[in-house]
Order: sequence, then structure tokens, then C-alpha cells
Amino acid sequence: MKVVEKRQLLSAEEIGRTLQRLAHEIVEKSGGTKDLALIGVRRRGVPLSQRLAKIIHTFSGIEIPVGVLDITLYRDDLSTVAPQPVVQSTEIPFDVDGRDLVLIDDVLYTGRTVRAAMNGLFDLGRPRRVRLCVLIDRGHRELPIEASFIGRGVQTSDTEIVEVRLNEIDPEERVVLVDRVP
Amino acid sequence: MLLGLQHLLGIETLTREQITFILDQAKPFQELQRNPLKKLATLRGKTVAIAFFESSTRTRISFTTAASRLGADTMNLQAEASSLKKGESLLDTVRTLDAMRPDAIVIRHSSSGAPEFVSQRLEIPVLNAGDGTHEHPTQALLDALTIRDRKGSLEGLNITILGDILHSRVARSNIQLLSKFGTRITLCGPAMWIPRELESLAPNVRRSFSVEDALSGADVVLVLRVQTERIHEPSLAPEEYILCYQLTPARLRLAKPDALVLHPGPMIRGLEIDPAVADGAQSAVLEQVTNGLAIRMALLYHLVGGAPPDAPHPAKG
Repeated sequence: MKVVEKRQLLSAEEIGRTLQRLAHEIVEKSGGTKDLALIGVRRRGVPLSQRLAKIIHTFSGIEIPVGVLDITLYRDDLSTVAPQPVVQSTEIPFDVDGRDLVLIDDVLYTGRTVRAAMNGLFDLGRPRRVRLCVLIDRGHRELPIEASFIGRGVQTSDTEIVEVRLNEIDPEERVVLVDRVP
Repeated sequence: MLLGLQHLLGIETLTREQITFILDQAKPFQELQRNPLKKLATLRGKTVAIAFFESSTRTRISFTTAASRLGADTMNLQAEASSLKKGESLLDTVRTLDAMRPDAIVIRHSSSGAPEFVSQRLEIPVLNAGDGTHEHPTQALLDALTIRDRKGSLEGLNITILGDILHSRVARSNIQLLSKFGTRITLCGPAMWIPRELESLAPNVRRSFSVEDALSGADVVLVLRVQTERIHEPSLAPEEYILCYQLTPARLRLAKPDALVLHPGPMIRGLEIDPAVADGAQSAVLEQVTNGLAIRMALLYHLVGGAPPDAPHPAKG
């Protein structure tokens, strides 16, 4: 099996513009920022949530709290994977009770990651509302989950992979569609 | 598997990297203890057999709680209430448990090597919860986690182990673990409990029969429980042990000002440790208990969960 790049979905510049738009949408549709907080889903949801908070601060002067959620222990495929994935820390430095939370992730695909993230969140408390913001929605849902804020919707086949590469983690910044060919 | 282990039988055969991995993996499980909802579904549908052929309270409760917080069920076997008294052999007992299809077995036994013996005869992971005077690996791991949390690192620390080293599997596992991280270990207690052979267990291990000498400059003092059945006339009277070796506030002042005091429990106040030290600011005994839960959850997660090593790798969802 070989992995080949099919096309670029977003350039670095487009990622930046998309995040600007998403940040404005989140504030606009939240009816005030009083209880608003962002939760980045490990791994690439984390830098995305930090960037969104920074953008919101730049245009509104408001500091939105940001947390990090590790979903490993909530995955539904653990009995089928070997070895067991490494568990990482969940760092949510605020009380989630009564909060207006926005989960941030890079790609929305089957919806199983979001299901796991919600289970993890509800072990921490009872937020008032939870919405979802993703950079890319690639379809192929296996659960009744939709995002409230979408950077870009992309048609994909299920052999394809959407790779979000971010400067904080990867050697380059762009989003590409790759395919597995035999 | 990531840990590269099928069983946890002892510290001696683990590498420094494996130990570091286990300690690192305990961190997220430490955080979970602070959650309002502590029960996960990660190991739902799995069963952990907890077979204790020797009495224990804290280790058994800790393993049972660790399994149940991960969502696994437990089957509990306690020696006092079992058919062992009727003369059943160890192998027959564990084979009977195994026939009920647990996914792992945690064993405590008064014979050194019992968990290894079982691991060679069953297909499931075996975790040693203390075997004879051999090892008590989860205790050493939780001690190391407590020390690392408080001191930042294990490297280069002066560690004093005080008490009955000869009969202590806690001491043996701790010596094995700490020596892999370049600590200097001083063993202190009555001469009959610290035979010369212990110095050859690992590099940088020395003996001292003077508590004042052993404590001076210590970063960590690990106090062992003195088993009352082992102190009696004429060799050693309890009053004599207290006089010569009890960890008192005055003696603790010989150690570094921020020295940490550990005790594996159960603690006998007024014998091996002065109550003022046990309850003092330098004592981490309750932290040890909480960390024990995190270590055992991390181990169960990695040893019990997951598919067989040859299962296909799933697509990323």
C-alpha cells in the first residue's frame, strides 16, 4: 500500500483566513462570550483551539479559556487495536459546569472521535451547551453528529485521507487529500 | 504492545525505558482521580481475576478499584475463604479461575516465584501483587512515581531504606528500580536484617548500621513495616528497635530539609515511625496510596486492553 497526494485542499494562507472566519462565527452565534470556552481535541484540535482563542482576543479583547481533551480512554475501538494507544493528559483548567463549550477538531469523518470527546467531557461535569467546530468536514458519518462551525466541506471517498498539517506539530502548514493505492 | 510486556512479574527484568513509560502513563490516570465521575468504560466487558493467597487489604482494594474504575469486572479470591485450606494446589486453583475466562490475573502469594510459575502455565497476563520475599513491583512503581512527582526526577537522589530489608519484597523491588536510575541507596537496620549479599543486588547500594549515618543527606527515607513476629527476645526486643531505628523528628532532621518520607503501609505508629513524622509535612504516605491506583490503572490498561499483537491495524477514524 502506497500513499499518494491527490490535491491540496487548503494552503497556509487559506487555513489562516478560514480560522479568522470561524472565530468570528463562534463569537457571533454564541450570544455573548460570558461562559464561552474552547476545548481542543488531541492532537491537532489543540493548536487550532489556541489559534482561534488568539484571533478572538485580537478582534474583541476577550480572553476565552482553552482546554485540552485526550479521548484515548473513551475510544470505541480499543478492543480491536494492538498495541494499546498511549494515554495523554486532559488539561481543562476550568469548571465545565454551566459552560458554553465549543469542541475543536481538525477533521470530522465518522463522528466517533466526537462521540468519545463528549463522553470524556461529561465525566468532567455538565456543560450548558456543547457545539462542534472543525476545519474540514469530509462526510462518511457513522453516527448522528454534525458540526456547528465548518471550515470547509470536502467530498471524499473512503480510501482517501485528509491530512491537516499545522506548523505547531508538522514541518509544513497546509491541508492535503491523499489516497491509498495498492 | 507499546510496553513490550505480556506480564508484570518483577522490576528486575524491566528496562529503564519500560519503567519510565509506565510512570509517564500513570499521569493521566492520576488526573482522573480528581474527576467528579471516576468510572471509565475503557475495559468494559473484561474481567480481572484477583487471586490473593496471602492476606492484604490495601493492595487488593487498590487493584480491585483500579480494575473497576477502568470499567472491568473483577473476580476475587481470598485465601482464607478458599479451597486452599482444603488442600488444593496453586496450579489447580488458578486453572479453575482461568476456566471462568478472566482477561488477566493479579496474584499475591507467600512463595517467591509463584506469579512466574503461573505465567508459564496460563495464556493471560499475570500481574505480581507481591510474592514471598521476592518482589512487589507495583509498590516500587508507585513509590517511584511519588518520588518523581515531588523531586522532579529520580536521577542522583540519596535514598535510605530503613528496617527489615531481608524479608522485604518492597525493599527488593525498590532497590531494583531505583538503581536503574542512578540513585545512591543506603540500607539501614539491625545487622541480622541486612546481610552483605544485599549490596550485590545492584550498583550503588551500601549498608549502614547507624541510623544517624544512614539518614544524613538523604533525599528520600523509605520506612519499612517491622513485622512484629520477627522482633522478639533474645535477638531484638521492640524497645531496642525503637531506641535504635525508629524514624523520629530529631533523626529526620539529619536528612535534607526537604527529604520525603515514604511508607508502604500498614504503618505501625510508635514502632518503626514516630506519629509526628507519619503525619508531618514531609510524609507522602497518602499520596502513595492514590498513586498506587494510578499505576495499577495504567498497567491494567496496557496489559489487559487491546487486541492480540497480530491483529490488523485499524484505519484512523
